[in-house]
Amino acid sequence: MARSAGRSRVSRWAPGILGVIAPLALLEGLSRSGVLLPEFPPVSVVAHALAAQLVHGSFWLNVGYTLEGWAAGLAIAAVLAFPAGILIGSKGLAYRLLRVPIEFLRPIPSVALIPLAVLVFGTDLSNKVFLVAFGCFWPLLLQAVHGMQDVDPLVQDTVRSFGITGLTRFFHVTLPSISPYLATGIRLASSVALVLAVTCELIVGVPGVGEAVLVAQSSGDYPLMYALIAATGVVGVALDKLIRSVERRAIRWQVALRGEAAA
Amino acid sequence: MAGCAAGRGGSVTVRARSAAVELVVPLSILVAWGLWSARAGNLFFPPLAAIAASFRENWLFARFASDVVPSLERLALGYALAAAGGIAAGVLIGRWAAARAATRPLVEFLRAIPPPLLIPVAILVLGIGPQSKIFIIAIGCVWPILLNTIDGVREIDLVVLETAIVYHTSRADRILRIVIPAASPRIALGLRSALSLALILMVVSEMEASTNGIGFFILQAQRSFAITDMWSGIVLLGVLGVGLNLAFAAVERRLLRWHREAHAGPLALVH
Repeated sequence: MARSAGRSRVSRWAPGILGVIAPLALLEGLSRSGVLLPEFPPVSVVAHALAAQLVHGSFWLNVGYTLEGWAAGLAIAAVLAFPAGILIGSKGLAYRLLRVPIEFLRPIPSVALIPLAVLVFGTDLSNKVFLVAFGCFWPLLLQAVHGMQDVDPLVQDTVRSFGITGLTRFFHVTLPSISPYLATGIRLASSVALVLAVTCELIVGVPGVGEAVLVAQSSGDYPLMYALIAATGVVGVALDKLIRSVERRAIRWQVALRGEAAA
Repeated sequence: MAGCAAGRGGSVTVRARSAAVELVVPLSILVAWGLWSARAGNLFFPPLAAIAASFRENWLFARFASDVVPSLERLALGYALAAAGGIAAGVLIGRWAAARAATRPLVEFLRAIPPPLLIPVAILVLGIGPQSKIFIIAIGCVWPILLNTIDGVREIDLVVLETAIVYHTSRADRILRIVIPAASPRIALGLRSALSLALILMVVSEMEASTNGIGFFILQAQRSFAITDMWSGIVLLGVLGVGLNLAFAAVERRLLRWHREAHAGPLALVH
């Protein structure tokens, strides 16, 4: 039993591992044989640079700077967007009053505000936090609105007929039923936040991974440049996995309740 | 709910009143901003009227050909490349289980790399011309299109496909007439999220090592303290964002009308 489970796991993972190793080996061969431009150093050289970075303090410092902007911006956006989304989504006057401004503000590309942010916030962390918070606000707001519009009307009527209102109703009915939407919002906003944090570092020169990549490029240290890009990709995957596992844990009871839908 | 009902079936006056309610907030924001900015004398928030004048001066149409057209050209090319590549690869990967297993970890890793980080690489390899900007837009936009196409292709009703095989339709016909149309709602979803990403990457790619474009213009304006010019560029990007969104929605409504009608329920077809 255990052995067959082990074998099926191997056969499940093998193609994916091959799909990563084969392109890397091809790239290594091409750049060793001089087919590729010198701007593409061999994969092994990049891997070496990456390993050197992992024991290097400044690398972790830069990752820390980037994650600082990511976390602070995401948190501020959530604190502003979730209450606003819950209010707007509860079908009252707020929805009708704010629908048009939201439709017009949401498509504005967040990066258009980079120059304004430089003027107002300067070129330090607050600039990055503002940009991340602005960009993350919209997906979080929309998820909260959709969640509110999807609260089961039967449950709402039942709760009302029992005379349950106010905060009790909010914490025991509304919040649990919209929490999967909020969790999905956080997951969507997390990747937006990483992109915007890195963009801000790259364009404005706020310290972080984005700036480090640009410095590596302009000083001609190409292995380091690719190593930093690859490391950021790993950080992105890790953040996604982390948030997905928190999301699964947070809504496990709900999946159990809706067992037939999941199956 | 009331707003919805009024919008759909209500009389003209009810509909007008409902529209008036919806316009209260945006109009009062504009009026408040106009009044405040006219008196505040804040260097970073110039009077709304000055921004409007600068908008007319810059974009209607003095800088239209020199900055807006190059930007939109690169946006269109990058987006089209991403759409073609993402849909083609998505159909292949979605139909072929071995390819799906082999590409999953690689795709997961590649799409986690923030596309702006590739700007230094693109400048290095492709130079500071339009190619590097088109590359950045295409590489960033391809992931939502690819992943949605894969999911859409996998959700296809097997009975339909097997029926087509029984009738000896060619493989190309099956892909073009069954697989892609059946997956098109999901493909449209991917294309929609890629479009707003394309606009963002268009702007970002023009902010680093560039000589023209709207992103280049607003950053240059800020660096030379031409604050009203900067604001006019931000307003233009907002207008473009809203315009592209509306245009996409209109095209999608037209192209996917058959899908909505088919899913409206059998009664609509019987009667």
